Amino acid sequence: MDGVHDLGGLDGFGPVEHATSEPLFDEDWERRAFRLMIGWIAAQNPSGGRFRHSIERMAPEHYLSSPYYEHWLTGAATMAVEAGVTTQDELDRRAGGHFPLSHPDRGVLPDDLTPRTTPRFAVGDEVRVRQWHPPGHTRAPRYVQGRRGTVVRIDGAHSIDDIEAHGGGSVADPVYSVRFTSRELWGEAGADGDVMHVDLFERYLEEPR
Amino acid sequence: MTTDHHHPAELAPVEARVAAIESVLVEKGIIDTDALDAIVQHFETNLGPMNGAKVVARAWTDPAYKERLLSDGTAAIKELGFEGPEGEYMVVVENTPKVHNLVVCTLCSCYPWPTLGLPPKWYKAPAYRSRAIREPRKLLAEMGTDIPADVEIRVQDSSAEARYLVLPMRPEGTDDMSEEQLAAIVTRDSMIGVQRL
Repeated sequence: MDGVHDLGGLDGFGPVEHATSEPLFDEDWERRAFRLMIGWIAAQNPSGGRFRHSIERMAPEHYLSSPYYEHWLTGAATMAVEAGVTTQDELDRRAGGHFPLSHPDRGVLPDDLTPRTTPRFAVGDEVRVRQWHPPGHTRAPRYVQGRRGTVVRIDGAHSIDDIEAHGGGSVADPVYSVRFTSRELWGEAGADGDVMHVDLFERYLEEPR
Repeated sequence: MTTDHHHPAELAPVEARVAAIESVLVEKGIIDTDALDAIVQHFETNLGPMNGAKVVARAWTDPAYKERLLSDGTAAIKELGFEGPEGEYMVVVENTPKVHNLVVCTLCSCYPWPTLGLPPKWYKAPAYRSRAIREPRKLLAEMGTDIPADVEIRVQDSSAEARYLVLPMRPEGTDDMSEEQLAAIVTRDSMIGVQRL
């Protein structure tokens, strides 16, 4: 989905608030939210895509205005409600106020669920990223969709998140590192001498036109 | 929101929300907080950039190891005992006088846990994720790292399986240092690529 999590290239966030080192958790609730999510993952074994998508579906204004571990908290609670473990009303009651959850899952499975393990492209091949803007989970950032790049590495075949996140099981797909020039991605705002390497599943790619 | 009717108007404080879902999962026997505390402590004590620094120092002092590290990062890192979640498929990218690598996860917070630990706050925040991929040279300069104009900046967006570790260039004047001494000068930021040593 073209969600608020897909941040690559957006303007307006200002300088990076960098610290050379910092505690893992600023506050105790962050540690508890982390513990909660790793416990949920250990018990329920959701796929990485399903975990990430539980966060991507947060209301955009909530996502941007909340600290990182509140994302994990919201994702874990959303998955628990969706699994029938609890309800919105019970969470509100126990929290003594409103407990915001993520929006419903709008993902749809592609027609073709055939596993693929033999790469169709080779290192050096020119490819174009499909521009399909799926309603569900994907690992194809918006900023590369429709753009042309060059395969620079093949990483074997792995379960494609787009399918596993929406209940389609583990379906293998080759993964590539694709090199894009800054000019291809950002046009006149790009810079010569900058390149972006993005890891992309084969199902995201097509022959360049 | 999953239900948008008749919910209480007042937002519950985040601490109360954590307590609410935690109590549900404990009562239903889905999580055991004592057992999980041991895992959290593992993250707090055993995982962190001190692990990645050992990998870098070994690569600087052992050319055969460096070769293995660059061709199969996962296996070479495992040789030093570092493996586990978010380290299942490691790719090590080498900085050279002509190429500077910078790692980001624009979509979420992918980061190599076994070698660097959990990611710092700024790495997960919108400013870094949005800008690293769009204006990396300017961003690095703002963060105190000037990359010469003739050096290619190669941004690695960890958008799928690979988790990246940057192999920084070994600083000049370190010829006499032992592997252990070298590990002590390798910083977290140099292995993300936001700093040159």
